[in-house]
Amino acid sequence: MNCPECDASLNIPDDAAVGEIVSCPDCGADFEISKKEGVNVELKQAETVGEDWGE
Amino acid sequence: MSKICIVFDRLRSEEKMLEKQAIELGHNTTMLDAKITQFNTDSQKNDYDFGNVVLERCISYFRGLHFTACLEFLDVPVINKFVVASNCGNKLIMSLCLKKNNVPTPKTYFSFSADAAKENLEKVGFPLVLKPVIGSWGRGVIQLKDNDTAEAMFELRELTNGPHDRIFYLQELVKRPPRDIRVITVGDQAIAAMYRKSSGGFKTNIALGAEPELCDITKEIEDVCVKASQAVGGGILGVDLMEDEKNGLVVHEVNNTVEFKGLAKVAKKNIPKEMVEFALNSTRK
Repeated sequence: MNCPECDASLNIPDDAAVGEIVSCPDCGADFEISKKEGVNVELKQAETVGEDWGE
Repeated sequence: MSKICIVFDRLRSEEKMLEKQAIELGHNTTMLDAKITQFNTDSQKNDYDFGNVVLERCISYFRGLHFTACLEFLDVPVINKFVVASNCGNKLIMSLCLKKNNVPTPKTYFSFSADAAKENLEKVGFPLVLKPVIGSWGRGVIQLKDNDTAEAMFELRELTNGPHDRIFYLQELVKRPPRDIRVITVGDQAIAAMYRKSSGGFKTNIALGAEPELCDITKEIEDVCVKASQAVGGGILGVDLMEDEKNGLVVHEVNNTVEFKGLAKVAKKNIPKEMVEFALNSTRK
C-alpha cells in the first residue's frame, strides 16, 4: 500500500489492527488503520496530538 | 466466562497488551473505538455489547471523560469511574483532592487571572512551576525563574486565550534528586514502580526522554500511594511521587489512563493481567 500523501511504500505489519497508527517512512505523515479485512487495509488521516492527550 | 470491553481512540501497545491478557485469561474480549461509537438520550444498555465491564483507555482526556459519562448513564460498569477521571484529569481538582485527604503534595497556588497570578508571584517569589491544569507528558510545564519569564508566559496565555488559560496553577519547585517515581496502583494496591530520571532538564516525563529504572516499592511508597489512590476515588492509576529533601515523599500527580509500556517490560508483576482481573473483580463485589 502506498502513502496517500507522498505515494511512498507503506509497511503495514500483518498483525496491525484497526485503530493503530502507521507512519510513512518518507514524508512522516501518520495514518490510522480504519478498516482491515485480510490484506485489504483502509487508512484515514490520524488525529493530531490534542491539548488533552496523555495519561 | 466474563466479558470485557476495552474502549480506545488510538490503539497503543498498552491496549493491545490488555486485549492479549484478557484473551489469555479466557475472557470474551472486545475492542471498541470511541470515535465511531454513538449514544443518545434514549440509548439503553442492551443496545450495545459492553459486556461485564469497560476499561476506558482513550488517549484524549475529554473524549474518555464524556464517553465514561455515557457509559455510567447506561449503568455500564467502567474503570475508571467518571468521578475518578474528573478528579485526575484536572491538576487543580487533583491537588485539592490530595490535600483534602492529607496526602503529602507540593504547595500549590491557584489564581484566576494573569494579574492575580503576578500578585501571587510577587508575594511568594521565584522560582515556581507553571502547569496547565489540563494536559500531560510535561507539555506546557514551565519553570518560572524570573519576572521576564513569567511575563512572557502570562502574555502567551492571553494570546491563546483558551478556557483553561485563565486558570493559573503555580507549584513550588521541589528540591529533589533529578528523578521522580511513577507507581501504578490497581485497586488501592501499588503493583509496580519505576524511577524516571531526568534527561537534563527539570522534567522527568518518559514522553520527553526520561530514563526508566525499576524502583522497589517500599512501605512508605505503598502507604502514600494507597492514600493518593483513595483520595481521587481509586481504580487503575499512575501515581507520581517526588523525593522532597524537606518533606519526604510528595505526590504531585495522579494519572487516570496510565501508560505502562516501558514498566511492563521490567516489572515483577504482570501489569495488564492485574488490570484486567481488577476490572472484572470490581463488578463481582
